[in-house]
Amino acid sequence: MEYTQQDFKSSMEIKWCPGCGDYAVYAAVQRALPVVAKELNYTRERFAFVSGIGCSSRFPYYVNCYGFHGIHGRASAISTGVKVANPRLSVWQITGDGDALAIGGNHFIHAIRRNIDINILLFNNQIYGLTKGQYSPTSKLGMVTKTSPYGTVEHPFNPGELIIGARGTFFARSLDVEIKLSTEIMTEAAKHDGTSVMEMLVNCVIFNDKAHGYISDKENREDRTIVLHHGQPMIFGKNRDRGLVLDKENMQLKVVEIGRDGITENDILVHNAENQDTGIHMMLAGMKMPEMPVALGIIRNVKDKTYDDNVRDQLEEVKAKAKVHCVDDLLHSGATWEVE
Amino acid sequence: MDITKRVEIDDVVIRFSGDSGDGMQLTGTLFADTAALLGDGVSTFPDYPAEIRAPQGTVSGVSGFQVHVGSGVVRTPGDYCDVLIAMNPAALRANAKWAKKGATVIVDADEFNEKTVQRAGFSTLDHFEELGLQDSNVIFAPITSLTKESLKDSGLDNKMIVRSKNMFALGICYFIYDHPFDFTFKYFKNKFRKKPEFIEPNKKVLVDGYNYAANTHAHANTYKVVSQKKEKGTYRSISGNQATAWGLIAAAEKANLPLFCGSYPITPATNILEELAIHKNLNVKTLQVEDEIAGICTAIGAAFAGNFAVTTTSGPGLSLKSEALGLAVMTELPLVVVNVQRGGPSTGLPTKTEQSDLSQALYGRNGECPVVVIAASTPSNCFHYAFHAGKIAMEHMTPVILLTDGFIANGSEPWKIPAMKDYPSICPPIVHEGDTEYKPYRRDELRLARRWALPETKGLEHRIGGLEKDFITGEASHDPINHQKMVDIRAAKVARVQDFIPNQEIIGDADGDLLVVGWGGTFGHLFSAVDDLQHEGKKISLAHFNYINPLPKNTGEIFKSFRKIVVCELNMGQFADYLRTEFYNIRFEQYGKVQGLPFTVVELKEKFRQLLK
Repeated sequence: MEYTQQDFKSSMEIKWCPGCGDYAVYAAVQRALPVVAKELNYTRERFAFVSGIGCSSRFPYYVNCYGFHGIHGRASAISTGVKVANPRLSVWQITGDGDALAIGGNHFIHAIRRNIDINILLFNNQIYGLTKGQYSPTSKLGMVTKTSPYGTVEHPFNPGELIIGARGTFFARSLDVEIKLSTEIMTEAAKHDGTSVMEMLVNCVIFNDKAHGYISDKENREDRTIVLHHGQPMIFGKNRDRGLVLDKENMQLKVVEIGRDGITENDILVHNAENQDTGIHMMLAGMKMPEMPVALGIIRNVKDKTYDDNVRDQLEEVKAKAKVHCVDDLLHSGATWEVE
Repeated sequence: MDITKRVEIDDVVIRFSGDSGDGMQLTGTLFADTAALLGDGVSTFPDYPAEIRAPQGTVSGVSGFQVHVGSGVVRTPGDYCDVLIAMNPAALRANAKWAKKGATVIVDADEFNEKTVQRAGFSTLDHFEELGLQDSNVIFAPITSLTKESLKDSGLDNKMIVRSKNMFALGICYFIYDHPFDFTFKYFKNKFRKKPEFIEPNKKVLVDGYNYAANTHAHANTYKVVSQKKEKGTYRSISGNQATAWGLIAAAEKANLPLFCGSYPITPATNILEELAIHKNLNVKTLQVEDEIAGICTAIGAAFAGNFAVTTTSGPGLSLKSEALGLAVMTELPLVVVNVQRGGPSTGLPTKTEQSDLSQALYGRNGECPVVVIAASTPSNCFHYAFHAGKIAMEHMTPVILLTDGFIANGSEPWKIPAMKDYPSICPPIVHEGDTEYKPYRRDELRLARRWALPETKGLEHRIGGLEKDFITGEASHDPINHQKMVDIRAAKVARVQDFIPNQEIIGDADGDLLVVGWGGTFGHLFSAVDDLQHEGKKISLAHFNYINPLPKNTGEIFKSFRKIVVCELNMGQFADYLRTEFYNIRFEQYGKVQGLPFTVVELKEKFRQLLK
């Protein structure tokens, strides 16, 4: 059957602040789910949304499918359990920069390492919103918050570098306002076998307004971001006149202008999201303004055996050799003796 | 001519001791398993250091394994030993205190020299006098050099040869206690099936040890434990951790659900996870996760998705799981948490036994957060209580903490194998498609359990989580009266389990001068002490608890009929305090011990005699 957006909306009243970036991600999810259901032939009861704690973690209440609102930081562990218990489910994990990268950092990296087939939406607003404005592991160095009145003295994580460093098989990035791009990314993430992490740069209108303003600003967005597409040259800019090349001398990416110094479109790097090697993906994920555009779209999408596949294969192997087929067999296995 | 005399005995306690790399656990296990196969009653007690290979020849690195073999039912590994095998001076020094007066002490003479004796911390040259062993029957056997001689043509290198010396010592014991070789030979064949060159040398050393003892008349007498007639059936030897793992698998099979275990290695609980991991073909999924919290959280996720979910741990791990246990209470999902208790607090005594996590199990969470707590009391009944932990968790939709401890987890005993057809069915309240009346928190009146709607069931999509729930719909609710109702109903649901557990039994008369109260792994010692005093004509009885929260219905009644009550436990009075809260008008004496060791029957009897005066 075909679903509409309405089918995935629960009756629960949404309680995010007016203007919160989470609404835009919610809209993208509502658009993506009917497409995912159709393309993967999933019925609604096969979707499960699992979250931790934080503003974004309220998300499962608002989606009409199976949902579990967990505890702070543990969403990756809970969703892992759900997926292993029933591999037929399409499991979506909702988490934030505090939930996934601070208190839940351990579970997060290990889910990625296992490459378990779950889709993780990481809402990154670079602040703790639900506790009313303390710095997070992605807050920029020097940021003034309630717990850093003189500015933070900590370096932030770049989630993409962390994920690719853990050899994540799928990493994509989008902006809350880019609903169309977010929808595309979510659809691809669902199709990807293995852990898919989507970093959603969201705006916290109350405690960290315009944290991503430099790139989300409509006027300059096309000049300050680059949307990557597998197999396409890495070209960006309002006039589509700038691109990325590899600066071989320094082994790093460099922005060039097409048409200047004899550079043509043929000189521009072509994005290969399916390259197993993490080198270029790491560089793309690490690009920072103002020197470089911020990469959006699917940065890495590689095939590898998933945890689910390995579990299934091993089980087949064990079953083929097993001599014990039920608990009665088990109790009588090994050394036993009779008392007459 | 054989001048040794065969003496028939009722029971014997043997303690094997050596460096932690000397293979004493294996040696003791082989002796115990052979005795079990002969139909004797057996109880074992591994006593090993926390370090895998502590410094050689030092007292801190000594590993011990005590075996109690008896003609009838053997309930404890014995307080003190009749035979002490000490593979070096440190082992002798560490274990002398466990030797009975006049015990046989077998030492490896090759290991006794100035250097090793000094390393073991002896201050004089007369070690036996120094340890008070002057009355014992000491057999100075040159075990290392005889093992070398025995295997000089085996083709094995010197290191491997010396490693076989434990089998020489075992051979000596086999002679003294008239044990056949078959079982041990079979063990070698299986153990070394990939390294067959080790099979013959091990057999040879074992036989040579036996012959050495026979030829040198190492012991004036040899002994034969004469088995009493046991209940007819098929028996096996089983340890507490193995029984726990199998009981969980059995519960999953009866419920017809996959078993999911999310866990993190921790002494002394690890081999439950290891055992479960072997049996994947019995619909068992094991996940060794990144930490204790992930252990319980993956299990909660699996419970939400419809598996019978468990997590296994020991004290410090239970501390880490506390918050998530609250989530399982709030979401009212079935979950079994196995806590194999060890000495605490903090890292404490990881390889030693204790019962000091009872308060943590009962109360160690934020909020009003009751869970069912039950405790196994012998190695083999870990199967029974693991099974029932699963049954209660799934049928009552609640987390259950199953307490065992290092003593029963590592100890083993013969077990009459039950048939699964004699175990009750397990019927979790799973909701099926088409149930239009389903509300996530609507309950059945009998158990007050909510129903279990599994993801992938059409039409039952719902959301749950750690926020307080609406009484019926399960949606997040901050309503004050609703919160009170939910706290009340969660408590009532756990209390209601009382209607589904057996009454508390009393061993002995239902009234008398002294009621001994215990729980969990101290059963064998408490029973033996009480049994002895009952035979002396004392009016003493034992009430040993397996169901802790809720307590059996008749608990209060039992207490009323005794002049004195003493609660004995391996902590500073946690069960006693719990009983005082529940039965505030009854006086409970308490007897606690926190030395990382089980009670001894001797000290218990002394205490009971005092109380009976």
